Amino acid sequence: MHKILSKEQLSDDVFLLRVEAALIAEERQPGQFVIVQVDNQFGERIPLTIADADPREGSITLVFQTVGKTTHKLADKPVGDSIESILGPLGRPTHIERFGTVVAVGGGIGVAPLYPIVQGMKKAGNKLIVIMGARNKSLIILEDRMRALADELIVCTDDGSHGRKCLVTEPLKELCGRSPKPDLCVAIGPPIMMKFCAETTRPFALRTLVSLNTIMVDGTGMCGGCRVTVGGETKFVCVDGPEFDGHLVDFDNMMRRLRAYKTHEEAAHHQCHLDSDLSRLRKEGHS
Amino acid sequence: MSHPHPTREALQQEAAVRLATLQGKALSSRDRMAIPSQDMPSQSPDARRANMGEVALGYTAEQARLEALRCLQCKNAPCIDGCPVRIDIPAFVKAMAEGRDAEAIAIIRRNSLLPSVCGRVCPQEVQCQERCTVGKVLKSVDKAVSIGRLERYAADLERESGDFRLPPVKPETGKRVAVIGSGPASITVAADVRREGHAVTLFEAFHKPGGVLIYGIPEFRLPKTIVQQEIETLQAMGVELKTNFLVGRTRKLQDLIDKDGFDAVFVGTGAGLPKFMNIEGENLVGVFSANEYLTRANLMRAYDTGRADTPIFKSRKVAVLGGGNVAMDSARMAVRLGAQEVHLVYRRTEAEMPARVEEVGHAKEEGVLFHMLQNPCRILGNDFGLVTGMECLRYTLGEPDDSGRRRPVEIPGSEFVMEVDTVIVAIGNESNPLIRQTTPGLAVNRRGNLVVAPETGKTSIDRIYAGGDIVLGAATVILAMGEGRKAAASINALLATPVA
Repeated sequence: MHKILSKEQLSDDVFLLRVEAALIAEERQPGQFVIVQVDNQFGERIPLTIADADPREGSITLVFQTVGKTTHKLADKPVGDSIESILGPLGRPTHIERFGTVVAVGGGIGVAPLYPIVQGMKKAGNKLIVIMGARNKSLIILEDRMRALADELIVCTDDGSHGRKCLVTEPLKELCGRSPKPDLCVAIGPPIMMKFCAETTRPFALRTLVSLNTIMVDGTGMCGGCRVTVGGETKFVCVDGPEFDGHLVDFDNMMRRLRAYKTHEEAAHHQCHLDSDLSRLRKEGHS
Repeated sequence: MSHPHPTREALQQEAAVRLATLQGKALSSRDRMAIPSQDMPSQSPDARRANMGEVALGYTAEQARLEALRCLQCKNAPCIDGCPVRIDIPAFVKAMAEGRDAEAIAIIRRNSLLPSVCGRVCPQEVQCQERCTVGKVLKSVDKAVSIGRLERYAADLERESGDFRLPPVKPETGKRVAVIGSGPASITVAADVRREGHAVTLFEAFHKPGGVLIYGIPEFRLPKTIVQQEIETLQAMGVELKTNFLVGRTRKLQDLIDKDGFDAVFVGTGAGLPKFMNIEGENLVGVFSANEYLTRANLMRAYDTGRADTPIFKSRKVAVLGGGNVAMDSARMAVRLGAQEVHLVYRRTEAEMPARVEEVGHAKEEGVLFHMLQNPCRILGNDFGLVTGMECLRYTLGEPDDSGRRRPVEIPGSEFVMEVDTVIVAIGNESNPLIRQTTPGLAVNRRGNLVVAPETGKTSIDRIYAGGDIVLGAATVILAMGEGRKAAASINALLATPVA
């Protein structure tokens, strides 16, 4: 059982939870994730990135977007309530060293897993240029925390409601053209964003790491549901990743695999809403 | 079905009549061999296609007695040599033939810790029953004494009677042992080490203990309550259980000794990394490892669509690749999840299939269509990345290979297309890289399995032992248990030695 210590709503559908997980807090490194299960009887297991950790307090910070059944259930949990299972830290940690100049690109919720990597890279003595993007101002998260770390911060929104009106690839391309060009790019966000970041940096031969978030069951290598094609080979995101060379990832295949259960999930979520509406009505004495 | 499915009651009645004619008679070997081999009562194929309940229902008392009377009590007991843990088979069967069932289970328990499990999942036809004299004389292993079914009967009787006594635990020694994984090898080690009075902590990565017995083997073949009961027995003996704990990540293996103060560690993490075929189209939507398919269905209860959050792919036509027990389990699970057609595709013939004969029979009865000497060379998909079929090749059998089985040889130009929307790959597991990647100095072989001293189960690192599929590659429950026994004995010997 992992007690929820605090909860923040970062945007319309993005939430931050600080939860008790002493061992994970002690061992976790940037780039790693956890598998969360709300209830052990019928709950599903979903991967969530670790946005931060406090080993002294014995807590980790999870940031997630409400997209499916489990994330909605998590968002509904009040402070003081518990999450039944959290397994981790999983995945290989980010390889951190002094590269020189690192461009870190975060799209939407991807800013959350990017944050500990930026922390680590900064600590290792790198110069950090951070690009954050989202559809609009209300979806930009963790801006102040990023600003405190970055040597240079570029915020962009699709509709221009905050920062530059452009996609993250535009400032990324400009940075690639700078002399000297950056030494490493780390891009985390929706698959389509990572795909286009990789396409942007490819002509400049700028090494680009992406962090993949695929469908998983166990998160330990056992099921292979998370597999992706990288450089023509099959890799498991949970044990070989989650970070891969963005220039080698087959994003189109990955995006199709992410949609494998879409119809089922939508139906399940719809049912879940009906159920909660129904129980609310019952409580209010309508039936 | 060509003949009606016999009910349990009918089989019981038949056995009762036969038993009455033998009552009080001194039986010659000839008389014993004249007793017909007793069929296992089972749910009818039509009924079980639509439920998850156990298929084999277990012998009735009359059947068990009659089957036990078929044993010739051979002096040289060839059956014992066929048993990986050397259960005194003639002794327990004799006890059952004489109606001393409690004694029978006590004899089994001297060597086997999980008789309810092994009675159900052991491949007896290539172990004890293969050596059985009755089967040899009657020229068919199918007619051997059904040792496995008798073992199951004795174990179930004990469990259902609630008359199970906890194994005695010696006074606390103050020594602590970490057991990693909670499958058959680990359960065995935990019990054997705890009995010596050492504190035992069982670490499981999943949210529920039991390993392959829980996530892999379906309810219809091994009811989960049986496994839960085994775990509860361990807990009642004082074994501590930590779920959601992945050794290698939540804690490094070496840290369990260096930081957490464990005196010894047993690694029983299983094979745990599914093999794929490395053919075109394998990452299309609709291709699953058997591990994923079965884990969703079993552990995550995806079959219970009204309650489970975990989805499972809705399939119409399923192809399962492989010929082992996991392939049978997957195919039979697909039947139960409502697939209209389930095809089992194997590149050798039925004779080479590693699956238990009984499971092959059950799969066929349930309508799984067998396609022998075929194998896909690529998986076909549509514009949405969904599986639409497999291009297959036909095979013929050549000379025996390293495994002793005849090598499948592809027939050039024999390509044909099989239309399916789901492909389940059940061609085995490789060793999970996690522990070796995070434990410097741990010796592994070419295949990534841990290297252990054959007599002791000790790895290349002091105080760390290993057994089960992480050492053997994919094997059986009983072999894992045998390895566990050996490693536990070594750990107990190590901890009995006073520190110099």
